[in-house]
Amino acid sequence: MKKLLLLTALCLLLSACAPAGPTTLTVMTHDSFAITEDVVTAFETANNVDVVFLQSGDAGTMLNKAILATDAPLADVMFGVDNTFLSRALEADIFDAYESPALSDIPAEFVLDSSFRALPVDYGDVCINYDKKYFAENNLAVPGSFEDLAKPEYNGLLVVENPATSSPGLAFMLATRAHFGDGFLDYWQSLRDNGVIVVDGWETAYYTNFSASSGQGPQPMVVSYSSSPAAEVIFASTPLTESPTTSIVASGMCFRQIEFVGILTNGQNRELAEKFVDFMLSKQFQEDMPLNMFVYPVNQTAQLPDAFTQFAQVAEQPASITYEDIAANRDAWIEAWVEVMK
Amino acid sequence: MIAWTFTSVRVWQKTHLILLDSFERIALHWRSPWKGKIMTITKNYFTPSTSRLLLWIPPLLFLLSFFFFPLFKILTLTFNLETLTDLNNLLIARNSLLFTFYQAILSTLLTFALGLPAAILFSKFNFPGKSILRALTAVPFMLPTVVVAAAFNSIFSPRGLFSFFFPSFTQSVHPSPFILILTAHVFYNTTIIIRIVGNALSKLDLRIESSARVLGADSFRTWRYITLPLLRPSLLAAALLVFMFDFTSFGVILLLGGSQFATLEVEIYIRALQLPNLNLAALLSVIQLIFTLIFSILYTRTINQVQVQTQTAPRFSTSRPPKTLPERIFVIVLSSLLVTYFLLPLASLPIRSLTRLEADRGQRDQVQYGFTTDYYEELFINRRGSLFYVPPVQAALNSLGFAGITVILSLALGYPAAYALAKPSRLEKILDPFLMLPLGASAVMMGLGFILSFGRLIASPFFIPIAHTLIALPFVIRTLQPALASIPERLRQAASTLGASPFRVWQTVDFPILSRATLSAATFAFTVSLGEFGATLLITRPEYPTIPIAIQRFLSQPGGLNYGQAMAMATILMLLTTLSILLIEKLRFNNAGEF
Repeated sequence: MKKLLLLTALCLLLSACAPAGPTTLTVMTHDSFAITEDVVTAFETANNVDVVFLQSGDAGTMLNKAILATDAPLADVMFGVDNTFLSRALEADIFDAYESPALSDIPAEFVLDSSFRALPVDYGDVCINYDKKYFAENNLAVPGSFEDLAKPEYNGLLVVENPATSSPGLAFMLATRAHFGDGFLDYWQSLRDNGVIVVDGWETAYYTNFSASSGQGPQPMVVSYSSSPAAEVIFASTPLTESPTTSIVASGMCFRQIEFVGILTNGQNRELAEKFVDFMLSKQFQEDMPLNMFVYPVNQTAQLPDAFTQFAQVAEQPASITYEDIAANRDAWIEAWVEVMK
Repeated sequence: MIAWTFTSVRVWQKTHLILLDSFERIALHWRSPWKGKIMTITKNYFTPSTSRLLLWIPPLLFLLSFFFFPLFKILTLTFNLETLTDLNNLLIARNSLLFTFYQAILSTLLTFALGLPAAILFSKFNFPGKSILRALTAVPFMLPTVVVAAAFNSIFSPRGLFSFFFPSFTQSVHPSPFILILTAHVFYNTTIIIRIVGNALSKLDLRIESSARVLGADSFRTWRYITLPLLRPSLLAAALLVFMFDFTSFGVILLLGGSQFATLEVEIYIRALQLPNLNLAALLSVIQLIFTLIFSILYTRTINQVQVQTQTAPRFSTSRPPKTLPERIFVIVLSSLLVTYFLLPLASLPIRSLTRLEADRGQRDQVQYGFTTDYYEELFINRRGSLFYVPPVQAALNSLGFAGITVILSLALGYPAAYALAKPSRLEKILDPFLMLPLGASAVMMGLGFILSFGRLIASPFFIPIAHTLIALPFVIRTLQPALASIPERLRQAASTLGASPFRVWQTVDFPILSRATLSAATFAFTVSLGEFGATLLITRPEYPTIPIAIQRFLSQPGGLNYGQAMAMATILMLLTTLSILLIEKLRFNNAGEF
């Protein structure tokens, strides 16, 4: 009893030190979320609110935390669940429906949840990026299909992320599933025989293994985003006129990740939460997003920055695989993949 | 809140009184001419069991609230005996347990292969640069995994510094991920052996060995029958501690090896967060906790034996310059090996943070390197006007601030526990292993437990030093306890015989020893907090970004500038940790160096 009392007292002490502003809106995001300060400030002053961003790990970690805390949510709004995780969020029923008026500017293909519990915010294509110089110097043709990657001339040249621990890794595996159907495991067996390198996360793949990054690794091909070449130019250590990398956007070789925002059930401030969702879908936020998170806006009125139009490409025909299919088989596919690649 | 303050003041006052009281009592009895009586009284150091319980209240309350309570919450929700009936689950558990043991045993053996000769080197010989080299071996222990991984990569990756200097080796030497994991474990943990075994070695009474030799024993027999038995407890303790760190290794495995090397901790991470099977994650973390507890019990037992040995510490340093040719060769070869192994990866970070790869990269095999301070300058610029921009000075200040609070918190909690443990009764022997348990709990599961237990409160910045303190506390207690236990009675007796008042005895005998141990403990807590270990998995707070968070942020987007800035931030962190380690080494008291 005494312990319990002390515990509550301690908790009270801690909460006493938590920020006590007029109104606070807490937004749960993954760690890759970024936004320009002025843009947030504009929203804060317009609505007399203090927005607190709670960065909660990668998308999977964040979602699990939100599901565990369904009854007493950690935040009012959650951003960053993508179409590979969406089903789990919807099954756990963590979002309240909200049909934002801003949806009118967003093409229907992005709106996967017809009951409007999760609204699309951005998309990005996960594609193979390659080291242009390596291919030029070695007079090597750029692979034009998944099948090409299993050919001996590309032996040991590709690094991928593990779908069990990395979201681009999962996206790439899903693209192969879309292309090969149930035969995708045989394909991975052949990739394995052809010396494909599997690493745990994007950072290792890109900075340790990829030859065109500053890490100067051994593999000239990496699973990354179609926007990565633009980032290579923007964040170059000396000014560049051309990106050292580019992505393979051949038909069916990219997987389109769509990220969603939703209002958490049992949240504290429904009205402000709705306003924040509208704000995330608005032109202002959508135009701010590309250079902060290197993703594409879903709002069709938003202008793309020059670097994107110049150095990045969008996949014309991304892999087609429905999110219901992903929802039903995601875990089984990953387990099977891990078994093959062991 | 009032209730809390009131109780805590009461507790504090009482503890304080008890301490004063015990000091007086001990001091009184020192004056007694009856040695036997002193023995009985000192055995009952801080006697009454109620006051012992009071000493235990702060650390236990802390552990109950922030460790056992969240752990209990998450395990009651997720642990399910039915998990045990699924054959697949058992198979996963068995495989990851086997691999965990396999890599931990291998890592421990390799760590000993380097650590034992190094311990002999540091305890037996004097040579120029000894203290700096000793400090150097301790630096990796406090470096965050990201930085160590980056350091290893910048050396051993096929286009890293190693292949830049020795291009012909590039292909043949490229190490496999498993070798990298083992190398990194050795890199991290060698310092534990140097400290624990080295301490024991330098405290060996040379006269015992000399007597054996005089009585006709050859050097092998002396080693076999005299030195080894004397060293055995410290060897075992070092082995167990190293083994425990390797056993729960997570970041090193994931970053350098990838998740095909599934240790228990990696498997917990995957099952809890990626492939949703919280029941399996719970089963695995219970297995890990049980093993951690077993190791802790073994460790506690052996370390108590070590303390018995330290009572015969020689008064003077036993180290000397190498004399014979084999000794000189040993010192030169081993110290240059250590310099290469420890300095090279550490030095590679500042080198990469000042190196630019020319934009016009020319031919692939002639990569142009240039000197630049751009990355450091760029740290100070918020080009995108990002809300999450981390000013380097602010990150350093946040890191230092959290580290400071961690120091205060872990000392306030560690002192009472260390006092109680200094002369362990049955109660302490039971409680002691539980203090080590936070080192073996899965950070992932703890993070989920925190959410269940504290909800929105976890957004409070207070939780960062609390999480750090959970990890720092075992170190702090391990540093304070031997110092408190080893205050030589003879010194106290001598002081009081010469007429010193009890206060003066405390001031001249206890205080110098305690102040050094306190500083050592403080610096450990400080560096553990700076390096963060797995604590960032528990909570992150973008309003107060720390250096490791800033490093992660840079590494999460493509581009040479991001990579360079990550290296620059890592260099700053390394300098901060190195300075702290040098401080420990400078203040190190020979009895307080054990973990």
